[in-house]
Amino acid sequence: FSAHCVFRKTKALLDHTNTLSLNLTELTDQQKEFQEVARKFAREEIVPAAPSYDKSGEYPFPLIKRAWELGLMNGHIPEDCGGMGLGIFDACLITEELAFGCTGVQTAIEANSLGQMPVIIAGNDAQKKKYLGRMTEEPLMCAYCVTEPGAGSDVAGIKTRAVKKGDEYVVNGQKMWITNGGKANWYFLLARTDPDPKCSASKAFTGFIVEADTPGVQPGRKELNMGQRCSDTRGITFEDVRIPKENVLIGEGAGFKIAMGAFDKTRPPVAAGATGLAQRALEEATKYALERKTFGKFIAEHQAVSFLLAEMAMKVELARMAYQRAAWEVDQGRRNTYYASIAKAYAGDIANQCATDAVQIFGGNGFNSEYPVEKLMRDAKIYQIYEGTAQIQRLIISREHLGKFKQ
Amino acid sequence: MLPLRFRRVTMSARVLVGVKRVIDYAVKIRVKPDRTGVVTDGVKHSMNPFCEIAVEEAVKLKEKKLVKEVVAVSCGPQQVQETIRTALAMGADRGIHVEVSGKDYETLGPLQVSKIFAALAKKEQADLIILGKQAIDDDCNQTGQMTAALLDWPQGTFASEVTLEADKLKVVREIDGGLETIKIKLPAVVTADLRLNTPRYATLPNIMKAKKKKIVNVKPADLGVDVSSRLEVLKVDEPPQRQSGVKVETVHDLVEKLKEAGRI
Repeated sequence: FSAHCVFRKTKALLDHTNTLSLNLTELTDQQKEFQEVARKFAREEIVPAAPSYDKSGEYPFPLIKRAWELGLMNGHIPEDCGGMGLGIFDACLITEELAFGCTGVQTAIEANSLGQMPVIIAGNDAQKKKYLGRMTEEPLMCAYCVTEPGAGSDVAGIKTRAVKKGDEYVVNGQKMWITNGGKANWYFLLARTDPDPKCSASKAFTGFIVEADTPGVQPGRKELNMGQRCSDTRGITFEDVRIPKENVLIGEGAGFKIAMGAFDKTRPPVAAGATGLAQRALEEATKYALERKTFGKFIAEHQAVSFLLAEMAMKVELARMAYQRAAWEVDQGRRNTYYASIAKAYAGDIANQCATDAVQIFGGNGFNSEYPVEKLMRDAKIYQIYEGTAQIQRLIISREHLGKFKQ
Repeated sequence: MLPLRFRRVTMSARVLVGVKRVIDYAVKIRVKPDRTGVVTDGVKHSMNPFCEIAVEEAVKLKEKKLVKEVVAVSCGPQQVQETIRTALAMGADRGIHVEVSGKDYETLGPLQVSKIFAALAKKEQADLIILGKQAIDDDCNQTGQMTAALLDWPQGTFASEVTLEADKLKVVREIDGGLETIKIKLPAVVTADLRLNTPRYATLPNIMKAKKKKIVNVKPADLGVDVSSRLEVLKVDEPPQRQSGVKVETVHDLVEKLKEAGRI
């Protein structure tokens, strides 16, 4: 009896797995050309400039402006707003290449995509034309303003309040760890509109577009972080900020779903960024291992080192396939939450492992700031934290997995 | 009021730019085991760097409204269309793919290519041909010069600066002794040297726009050109391995060693 039960449950799981054949084909000519431009820009312009931006923490605006001029930014913006309407897969290809150069620069650029995504998926025509259109006319930044000092993973626990007063909403609250917080031209803001604590998360929050120069919006100081140091991260205080009702996305109470829905499209590029960092770690470590000699041989010829490189290579290849699957799924029009979380969780973890292993391969030199790999270790950590912590990803994956199993 | 001849040349001026698909400069070249050539299968190829500079110069002339149309030309098999497309993404208006493949492509050299360009220049009524000074795979540095000779056009080779002055081209040439400035009448052939300009990136929107630009296929026979080669490659070898040097203690030892080696 029990054996029969086990068989039935296993079959139910198998019904939902491995039902797709991924026709692995070469990238299209256009994708290859896009990747080539991003790769050239990253290796020739970002890589040499990254160390000094990391030391000074200065916002890499010249590099961001260049990326904007080359069309490497704002790829998701629809064509009728002046953008290229790229799918998530194409955006991921570009993101991985830029991240190879420097994830600090790449995060500053990626924060635009995150801030824009709620408007792309939920904005009405007027909102899209106004706020996405201006991003393609000049190199402007925007930001995704959800996290608070007291609520990160627990988005439903945010306390920033938006109260309707006539044709406006008045917002009060405190946001934290906002990427591009001090550089944004506008923010996507999530605030609580229903004060009733019993109101469910799916109805209590509203998404707004807030112009950064609205009176009462006060960005705090630039935070000094472990890594991705040139990226601008700040706390932002909202004091009696008035937002016109035209800037509400969809309607009151729709905010939570919009904020979460954006992640399905932005997690694959974040995974791609982590993969780019891991690829950089692998390449730097490999180059070094073929130059440095010890005990009469290149260290790459010692199995301990070559096995480290092999495991780094395994992780990079798998992370790449994971984000490509997640991106492909959402581009096909399917719900990709499961794959997006797997990609982000895995890529974040392996980026940290590969960066650490790269420092190990460099030995004493790896610990030193004259060599490029210690920066990779410092930059990698945030990939296990932002856009959904490693733990939250596991919550999502287990929920999706068990949900399929129970069907 | 500009002289009629100048106005006719510049208002409808057409520039032909030659672009060659070569093994990417960053690739480590390996000789084939049968020593008939280098390994090209699966190896990264891109536009010859001097050809990029040539395209950039042509596009700049168009942006200054000194020429009307830039036509990118490449000779080779199907894959050279990628190279033409890169030129289109940089700003060329249309492309011409001269189909040469197989054995003919392996033996294709400056003499045949310059005959093709001369024929195309007449067919397309080009006023200016801009080429890279040489290709980084064969380093021939001949196509520009031969093309000018076949057309009986003046040439400005190793150009580090090109300026249109009335109906003449002022070309600053990089030569062994320094810089030489010449003035040549249009139509002319110019070959681009390293310092002529810094080629632009193809931006992503331009790559997308380039897909709508036309590439026309042409056969050498259609142009009356025979692509058979009069040259035969006997063998291809790697350069000799660099021998390690010897350290000496004193200047006296150094002089002795040099005498031993017959150098002094």
